Amino acid sequence: MSTPPAYPRSAALDSIEKLHARTLPARLWSWRYLVLRRLTQFGVLLLFFGTAHWGWEAAKGVPLLNGNLSASELAGVLPMTDPFAALQIFLAGHVLHTESLLGAAIVLGFYALVGGRVFCAWVCPVNAVTDLAGWLRQHLPVSTLFSLPRGIRYFVLAAALILSVIAGVAAFEWVSPIGMLQRGLIYGMGLGFLSLIAIFLFDLLILKNGWCGHLCPLGAFWSLVGKVALLRVRFDKTSCTHCGECARVCPEPQVLNLKKLERTGWVVSGECSNCGRCTALCPEDSLNFDLRPLIRARHAATLAKAANPH
Amino acid sequence: MAERAPGNPQRRDFLVKLAQGAAFAATGGLLWEYILRNEARASPFALRPPGALAEADFNAACIKCGQCVNVCPPDILRLQPAGGKLPIGMPFYEPRSGACIMCPDIPCMKACPTGALSPELKRIEDARMGLAVIDIENCLSYQGLRCEICHRECPLKGRAITLETHPRQTSKHAMFIPLVHSNACTGCGICEKACPTEIAAIRILPHALVQGKIGEHYRYGWRDTGEITQDFKPSAAPAAPAKPGEAAPGMDYLNAGEP
Repeated sequence: MSTPPAYPRSAALDSIEKLHARTLPARLWSWRYLVLRRLTQFGVLLLFFGTAHWGWEAAKGVPLLNGNLSASELAGVLPMTDPFAALQIFLAGHVLHTESLLGAAIVLGFYALVGGRVFCAWVCPVNAVTDLAGWLRQHLPVSTLFSLPRGIRYFVLAAALILSVIAGVAAFEWVSPIGMLQRGLIYGMGLGFLSLIAIFLFDLLILKNGWCGHLCPLGAFWSLVGKVALLRVRFDKTSCTHCGECARVCPEPQVLNLKKLERTGWVVSGECSNCGRCTALCPEDSLNFDLRPLIRARHAATLAKAANPH
Repeated sequence: MAERAPGNPQRRDFLVKLAQGAAFAATGGLLWEYILRNEARASPFALRPPGALAEADFNAACIKCGQCVNVCPPDILRLQPAGGKLPIGMPFYEPRSGACIMCPDIPCMKACPTGALSPELKRIEDARMGLAVIDIENCLSYQGLRCEICHRECPLKGRAITLETHPRQTSKHAMFIPLVHSNACTGCGICEKACPTEIAAIRILPHALVQGKIGEHYRYGWRDTGEITQDFKPSAAPAAPAKPGEAAPGMDYLNAGEP
């Protein structure tokens, strides 16, 4: 094993300097994934809303995107079901019909390709609320109140499944602020906005990335799916200067553990939501979206080259 | 204590952590469970779309997607927003503002992906969304007025709602009393919507809230005479008390002492 490469502090400072010296177009360009994420988040909801209220149709008499994020049907042919909701309903004691099972398989397959928590960063509307809270928190002098292990979400996930059995209803679906928001925007909000205010204040003042990064069981579910995802963030250790800017903007900074990244060559953790903050920001272009098999091949080649330079 | 070997502090820490984690899970779980039960408690009052499973099964099966709401031709279905009277997110209708028009092809049921609206419902006439109940103190017909709007509007007129004529003294016309028959009423609510009183005098309620049950032990003696005389064999009944001093079976203070 060769000695670990040294990361001179000057190189890291140069990197940060590079970030600060960016031109305005370069700054705007680094927001590209943020803009795309907001577009998909609200675009999906708009498709649901337009179908529900303005009669948007794929063909005559065929609703365009009928339903909501829990379950829907695209153009009358493609069923989609939230697999976590389907799992809870199954545990609550109902045998789902073929359409919803097929829909769950389709959605599960899609996110297994693009990354489980792509749902969180690119589709879930609560993400816009928590991103706003996170951004404000960075710019306000909010001190840390307490810390909570991020793994707690997996216990919330387990609790949701166990309670579904005990209570005989889909435990998370009945209290989900995600459901309240997305259903509320399409079918009428009622008092659902209160839970969003609660999440906003929780994330802003009580716990940084509190909801999405610690508690949300749906995020935990997609984290587990994300472990096998195809689309991942590749890490290039030769160009990285350890400036740490990526971890500063990352809502799940534990996935950017540089020691681990150097060993694996990519972000392994399913908790990465492929939001693209780090890839767009990295001043050395060390982080990029790539497909897992390609990353593996590349990483193996680099390792071989390092072991045998000639 | 001094002579005993010091305990394993790591083990102690682990056990305390374990207890803390368990307590955390228990408090959170109990609170969550309470919210769920509280939320589900409101559901006996809900009127669900045609084909809906029985209350507890429907609560378990509905994924709250709103596809039934979107395809409903008269647009009467709504999903309950958070903090309302009914459990969150599930479809319901209020007949006074929008009654089910009983589409023969049942599009809401067909749109349901989970089977919460069961495809076992083949004919809309077999739907049992609720049962029409008449408040006879406020029904115009029961006051002797000619109304019968519910009867006339009923899609299953003559089966779900019939009229019963009650002749009165010569100076007054007969009363035409609407009667609801649970074996035909689907609970569509067109009667409730059409009822002309300020607050509807005929209303749709879930069966469980209004329907009684006679019970197996009652016999319609005037209807099934033959069977009953065959079933009941007085000769087979023990005539004497089982033990001395005890009353014979079927004897109580009302008939004790009679021969």
